[in-house]
Amino acid sequence: MARIDLDHIRHAYSPNPKSDKDYALKEVHHSWEDGGAYALLGPSGCGKTTLLNIISGLIHPSHGQLLFDGVDVTTLSTQERNIAQVFQFPVIYDTMTVYDNLAFPLRNRGVPEAEIDRKVRETLEMIDLASWAKKKARGLTADQKQKISLGRGLVRSDVNAILFDEPLTVIDPHMKWVLRSQLKQLHQRFGYTMVYVTHDQTEALTFAQKVVVMYDGEIVQIGTPEELFERPKHTFVGYFIGSPGMNVMPVKLSGGMAQIGSHQIELPSPVMPANAKIIELGIRPEYVRLGRAGMPVKIAKVEDIGRHKIVRTRLENQDIAIIVEEGGDIPAEPHIAFDPKGINIYADSWRVGGQ
Amino acid sequence: MEKTWNNKAWFMVLPVLLLVAFSAVVPLMTVVNYSVQDTFGNNQFFWAGTDWFDEILHSERFHAALGRNLVFSFIILAIEVPLGIIIALNMPRKGWGVPVCLVLMALPLLIPWNVVGTIWQVFGRVDIGLLGRTLANLGINYNYVQNPMHAWFTVIIMDIWHWTSLVVLLCYAGLVSIPDAFYQAAKIDGASRWAVFRYIQLPKMNRVLLIAVLLRFMDSFMIYTEPFVVTGGGPGNSTTFLSIDLVKMAVGQFDLGPAAAMSIIYFLIILLLSWVFYTVMTNYDAER
Repeated sequence: MARIDLDHIRHAYSPNPKSDKDYALKEVHHSWEDGGAYALLGPSGCGKTTLLNIISGLIHPSHGQLLFDGVDVTTLSTQERNIAQVFQFPVIYDTMTVYDNLAFPLRNRGVPEAEIDRKVRETLEMIDLASWAKKKARGLTADQKQKISLGRGLVRSDVNAILFDEPLTVIDPHMKWVLRSQLKQLHQRFGYTMVYVTHDQTEALTFAQKVVVMYDGEIVQIGTPEELFERPKHTFVGYFIGSPGMNVMPVKLSGGMAQIGSHQIELPSPVMPANAKIIELGIRPEYVRLGRAGMPVKIAKVEDIGRHKIVRTRLENQDIAIIVEEGGDIPAEPHIAFDPKGINIYADSWRVGGQ
Repeated sequence: MEKTWNNKAWFMVLPVLLLVAFSAVVPLMTVVNYSVQDTFGNNQFFWAGTDWFDEILHSERFHAALGRNLVFSFIILAIEVPLGIIIALNMPRKGWGVPVCLVLMALPLLIPWNVVGTIWQVFGRVDIGLLGRTLANLGINYNYVQNPMHAWFTVIIMDIWHWTSLVVLLCYAGLVSIPDAFYQAAKIDGASRWAVFRYIQLPKMNRVLLIAVLLRFMDSFMIYTEPFVVTGGGPGNSTTFLSIDLVKMAVGQFDLGPAAAMSIIYFLIILLLSWVFYTVMTNYDAER
C-alpha cells in the first residue's frame, strides 16, 4: 500500500489546450494518505474518472507528477504501477473458473503454482466465494462478478492501491449494502489504500473516511462526511450532498447583518468579502426552524418521506426547503427562523464565513 | 395459465401461410413432384417412387461431386476463418483508418458473383492475365484450364479473395463491441497479447464466429457461379461441385427426375450439416 501524491496534475484530452475550458481536469494538488479510503464524488463529466485513470495509468496527465510513496510513477505503465482496479461493469474472464480468474494475474507474473494456490484460497475466503471456486465465472451474478474483479486485485500482495470506478452501478439495491459493508470491512482489516469513484452521495459517505468532491474539473472540497455536511466549502457541495440539498439564496451584507429580500438576519460572525460579485447565504434544510416566529413563508408542498417531512416553502421569491421531524408541527401561519449554527456565507460560490 | 381458444385467430396466420406457401412450399413441392415421377414431356407423368433417389445415392458421379464440395468447403473454412480473425485483430479501432479498412473490406462483397468469376478468369489467363503472365514469367507452368490442381488453386484463392471480408467484418463487429475496461483490466492483470486473445477476444467473438462459419459453410457448399465462370467445372470434372453438376443434369441433360431427387438430397445435406455445426458450436459455447 502506498501514499498517493498528486503534484500539480492537469489533464486535457485535446493535444493543445489553451484556456481552462480545454482541461477535463484542472489543477489537482493533494496528498492521499497510505491506507486511506477516499471517495471521489461528483456529477457525470466532472473529471473524477479522468483523475482515477491518471492514478491507474490508463491516462498520462498533460501536466504534473504522480507519486506513490514518494516515487515518481507518472510515466510508468499500468502494469508497472502495481495497482488494482474494479470497473463499472464486471470484468471477468468468462471462460475461466472463479479460481482461475483469481490465479490469472499471478500466473501472468510467473508466481510459483504453490504460492498461487495459497494466495487464491486466502482471497476466496476474503471475498466470500470459496464455495464457488470451481464454477465457471460467467454463470455468476453481477455482485459475485464484481467480487471476482476485486479479488483479482486483492490476490496480489503488493498492490499500491485499489481503485473503484462506480463499481456498484449494476448491482441490485439490496446487494449494494452488503458489498459496501464488505468493502469497508476489507479496508479496516487489511488497510488497503482505496480510491472509490461514484456519483452517489450515500455510497461515498458510507464508504469513505475522506470524500473528495469534484465539480467541473476541480476538487472543490476534501473532507470527512461530517465536514461536507456542516461546512460545505462551495455551494456545489451544499447542493450535491444532502437530501434535499442546501438552501442557497442571494443576500446583501451590511455589518453583522444579512438582508434577504425585505428581511434582516443576524449573522453569527460578521464577514465582509471584498470584490465579490455574488454573495449568497447557504443553510441546510436541517437548520431551518419552522414555527410561529420569524420570517413569514408560504407552504408550497409537504413531502412525507417516512422518518421526516420535507416542507417546501417560499420566502418572498426564494424557495426554501425545511426538514421537519415526524410529528413536528406545521402551523397555519408558518414562519421560519435560521439556526445560526447552520449559516454559511458564500462569495462567488466559495465559502467565506459563517459559524 | 388458462389458454384462450379462439378459432378466428387462425385467420391472422393466413397471410403468412400464403406467403410461405408461394415462396417456399409450392416451388419445393414441384421439385418433390418431379423427384418421384418420370416424364417424357406432353405433361405425361409416370410414378417412379424412390427410383431416382436410389439412382442418385448410388451414383459415383454424385459421390465425387459431394466429395469435392466437402473438401472445398473444408479448405476455404480452414483458411478464411483464421485469416479473417487475424485481419480483424489488426484492423484499426479508431481514426481515419477505420472507414478506409471497412470500405476496402466491403468491396469484394459488393461485386456480383459472375463478375468475380470473370475477373479471376481473366486475371489467371496465361496469355493476357496479370496473375497468369506473372507466374509464367517466373517460370511456373501455371495453367488452370488444363491442370486440375491449378484450377482448384485458382478457385480457392478466388473464394478467399471474395469472402474472407465477410469473416473479417463479422469478427471486427465482435471485437469493437468489447468494452475498453476488459483491455484495461487485462493490462492491470499483466496479461500477454496471446492471453488477451485467448481469454477476452476469442470468447467475445464466439457468437459472430458461429455465424461466420455457418454462412461460409452454406455459401461454399452451394457455390456455383464463380467456378462455373472460371473453369466451367473442368478440367474434366475436377471442379464440378454439386450445384454445377445439378445444373448440368437438369438443364444440360434434361434429366428432370434425377435432378429433382438430387436437389432434395442436396438440400437435406446442407440442412443437416448446418444443424450439426450449429449444435456442436452452441453446445461447446454452453459448456465453457
